[in-house]
Amino acid sequence: MSDDDVLLQVDGVCKNFGEIRACDNVSFELWPGEVLGIVGESGSGKTTLLNCLAGRTEPDSGLISYTNRRGEASDIFAMFEPERRMLARTDWGFVHQNPRDGLRLDITAGGNIGERLMMVGARHYGNIRGEAETWMNRVELELGRIDSLPRTFSGGMQQRLQIARNLVSGPRLIFMDEPTGGLDVSVQARLLDLLRELVRELNVAVVIVTHDLAVARLLSDRLMVMRHGAVVESGLTDQVLDDPQHAYSQLLVSSILQV
Amino acid sequence: MSARKRKTRHDDGETGYNFAYLDEQTKRMIRRCILKAVAVPGYQVPFGSREMPLPYGWGTGGIQVTASIIGRNDMLKVIDQGSDDTTNAVSIRAFFAKTADVATTEETSKASVIQTRHRIPERKLRADQILVYQVPIPEPLRFLEPRETECRKVHAYSEYGVMQVKLYEDIARYGRITTAYAYPVRVDDRYIMDPSPIPKFDNPKMDNSPALQLFGAGREKRIYAIPPYTTVHSLDFEDHPFDVETWDEPCGLCGATDSFLDEIILDDQGGRMFACSDSNFCTARRADGHTGQFAEDPIEESRKGEPAHV
Ligand SMILES: Nc1ncnc2c1ncn2[C@@H]1O[C@H](COP(=O)(O)OP(=O)(O)OP(=O)(O)O)[C@@H](O)[C@H]1O
Ligand SMILES: [Mg+2]
Ligand SMILES: [Zn+2]
Repeated sequence: MSDDDVLLQVDGVCKNFGEIRACDNVSFELWPGEVLGIVGESGSGKTTLLNCLAGRTEPDSGLISYTNRRGEASDIFAMFEPERRMLARTDWGFVHQNPRDGLRLDITAGGNIGERLMMVGARHYGNIRGEAETWMNRVELELGRIDSLPRTFSGGMQQRLQIARNLVSGPRLIFMDEPTGGLDVSVQARLLDLLRELVRELNVAVVIVTHDLAVARLLSDRLMVMRHGAVVESGLTDQVLDDPQHAYSQLLVSSILQV
Repeated sequence: MSARKRKTRHDDGETGYNFAYLDEQTKRMIRRCILKAVAVPGYQVPFGSREMPLPYGWGTGGIQVTASIIGRNDMLKVIDQGSDDTTNAVSIRAFFAKTADVATTEETSKASVIQTRHRIPERKLRADQILVYQVPIPEPLRFLEPRETECRKVHAYSEYGVMQVKLYEDIARYGRITTAYAYPVRVDDRYIMDPSPIPKFDNPKMDNSPALQLFGAGREKRIYAIPPYTTVHSLDFEDHPFDVETWDEPCGLCGATDSFLDEIILDDQGGRMFACSDSNFCTARRADGHTGQFAEDPIEESRKGEPAHV
């Protein structure tokens, strides 16, 4: 993997739902190991953009190009579907706001973590289990719960499990949609700390959607502010939050400060 | 074996049915599906399943496959759980005896077409034989993926790691692979296939078999196949290799040590024995002079001492 190559190149991405412009001409670059926050009010198109970036929703127009480990850049929607699906379960990860969308609820925690390994050919039970144990530890889940079903986990635990299940394949890029959204404040704080540590340690790039500016400040290097599907402002996180240029960003920041 | 009777010579004879019940156009459609299934081993081919005069679960898929391949000179055997004389087997045999006027047999070696539910005969099949399986649920991924479109992609792109998750779960929960029936296989190193609810004991018989194996699922409208001499691999882990059931004692009737045994309760005082599930195999062995511990009088023998069991 080369740190000189841009990881994700996004150029003029548009996505409409009928009359609604969910994404309006979005362009940016993401570099290896970089954490990009996307903020904006409800309905501003954050999830839609994330789904496009992750190859889950095809944009109406625009280009999303990913540079693989061999340094080859390719349009993710021009490649064969199996190739894109392979990237999605090896190079990429997706952490959903609702863990139910990102976990297999009828499969044990260990099976959830081991799935990606088995998807790329792991066929040694002991090794798969060992890796699952390692990741249970890393996301601070009790080892004794490795054979429990996720439906018996708390929301915070489910979110940790979802993160472990994604990180086990050593991805280079993780998409997160409000990963702390449904959680209690105290649980949120611990999860955020954990996320920050893991992201730094693994040097994985992250695109994180949130409408919590505190989350954005804590995790992201750079910030994009979206409104009505368009990016109205972007820059280093501290810059955008401390000295917003666009009137809408100013409103967003001030409304948070008032809380 | 029932005697060959030739009552009717014309398709729409006294039964009022076309030969083998299905009309010729339907048979041609099913044959095309069978050819496709043979050409792509293990791939589930959708077919226009017809209403049959039997409820789903009674082998309507297998019956339609048999009806489409059977000819006047065929010799048909029908088994259910290894036995020729259970209700399901008897009904289907009678159905074809009536609608196709074909000869039927209980002898595996004499049959040219064998329709089966839940077993593969113990006797090694030959190249001039066809085994037709009745399949309730053809989709091996159903347990993990309820969405049909997603299942198709998983098959199309060979994204089969997810099947391994099912086996992982077995070991995680029970310490070993507990899947004992409908044990998933990979056919010709490509498609993963549900072999229908046969015991995993029978899985090795599918591998490289000289006989053509056809699978019909009536309710789910799928046909798939294993052509002769095709590799069939049972999924497993390196450190938990696939294995088959074994018993601590031989068949109580014929003494066989290499067949799939059913436990049989002999009386209400704990008397029991194990006997071949393949009744024709067992009968043939006894006719050849092989004998087991309970061959004379099972109930009397069982009282002399409890046999060791698993
Ligand atoms: N599948 C869809 N069909 C129709 N409209 C959609 C669909 N998905 C999103 N939209 C619309 O597109 C716009 C952007 O939605 P999106 O979910 O991307 O917003 P968001 O920024 O993620 O909002 P939130 O913060 O509430 O999650 C909204 O007006 C939404 O109603
Ligand atoms: Mg959203
Ligand atoms: Zn026997």
